[in-house]
Amino acid sequence: MTAIDNIKNILQAVSDPEIPVLSIMDMGIVREVESRDDGSYLIYIIPTYSGCPAMDTIADDIVAELSKADIKAEVKQILSPAWTTDMITEKGRQALEDYGIAAPLEADMDKAALKGESNKVQCTNCGSKNTKMISKFGSTPCKALFRCNDCSEPFDYFKCFK
Amino acid sequence: MSKENLKNYILVLGDSSMILGQRLGELCGHGPELETDIALTNISLDLFGQVRNYFQYAADVADDGCTEDDLAMLRLERDYKNALLVEQPNTDFAFVIARQFFYDVYHKLMMAALVNSKDRTLSAIAQKSIKEVRYHKDFSSTWMKRLGDGTGESHERLQFAVNELWRFAMDLFYETDVEKWAAKEGIAPDLKALKKEYIKEVKALCEEAKINIPEDEVFQYGGKEGRHSEYMGFILAEFQYMQRTFPNMKW
Repeated sequence: MTAIDNIKNILQAVSDPEIPVLSIMDMGIVREVESRDDGSYLIYIIPTYSGCPAMDTIADDIVAELSKADIKAEVKQILSPAWTTDMITEKGRQALEDYGIAAPLEADMDKAALKGESNKVQCTNCGSKNTKMISKFGSTPCKALFRCNDCSEPFDYFKCFK
Repeated sequence: MSKENLKNYILVLGDSSMILGQRLGELCGHGPELETDIALTNISLDLFGQVRNYFQYAADVADDGCTEDDLAMLRLERDYKNALLVEQPNTDFAFVIARQFFYDVYHKLMMAALVNSKDRTLSAIAQKSIKEVRYHKDFSSTWMKRLGDGTGESHERLQFAVNELWRFAMDLFYETDVEKWAAKEGIAPDLKALKKEYIKEVKALCEEAKINIPEDEVFQYGGKEGRHSEYMGFILAEFQYMQRTFPNMKW
């Protein structure tokens, strides 16, 4: 394993503090790992939403996690490429669902779901598609609030963001 | 000179979003219902995030030791370049929605145009922001229709808010010297073209919402050149309180 692969491996242990089950690697936040002449590494991350308050914590967590393996690193936030929900890996989507957050749909389906058309987003509790949007804005900027009409469970939906 | 101009142009872009973000932040815990409370503060958070990107860039460009926090917290009232619209108060929910709608339509057109800026950082900020702004505009447009085409009471109150706020909307398109410079450099879009598109879009949605846009309005200008309404001092008094009381405090 190369040193950079090793770092990427270690970073699997760092997660978004607001969605603890989802590693930042599966979230697609880590764009590049660069080795520097002094033996340290520069890690480029991109924000999900501009105002995501978790980014500073994530940067601190990356440095802390790598220092456990005696790796010196600096984290830099970059703006481009702009993050999209397509950057979430398949494993990441499954982790979201297991945690109780419905994974983002394709853009056209997402639009329909957020316009209030039902039968698009699947309930993370009972699997029914008989669900209803309650609010386009949820507990964090990246989520909308839904409710299942069958089991009455409210749940978060991770909005498609492209 | 061009460095100073670029910094000031970035501040023109950032300040309106910042002051609107502050106005929306005032609603935290005071929204008319839980979902709208969360939505409005979410929008506020998006705006502050975008503003951080602008101010970090402005501080880089200025390269004189100032930081993003200095730019946000330590300027004097006359040095803020936000448009008059965004400093108008949260009189009631109709005012909040009308102000948001007037800003969102502008904001989305502005971001769509700024994507093509010759300035690569501004283009990247615009590419990131436009996705968020689309949601904001969706939210305010939906409420415009819901209130305007709702009950007699909601219609009347939204119409009143629109009558009161429309006079401030054109300040967004008032072309200051620094914006003329930026347009000439290919950094900023042509505000005249945006304004035409803006009026068309606002009128179309208002028609759908059964709301009239006042004819023969006498428009108010000057925010982007630092001539603010009386409200601005009160906003800054709250906004800057901590930094003025405990200079250089960090959190």
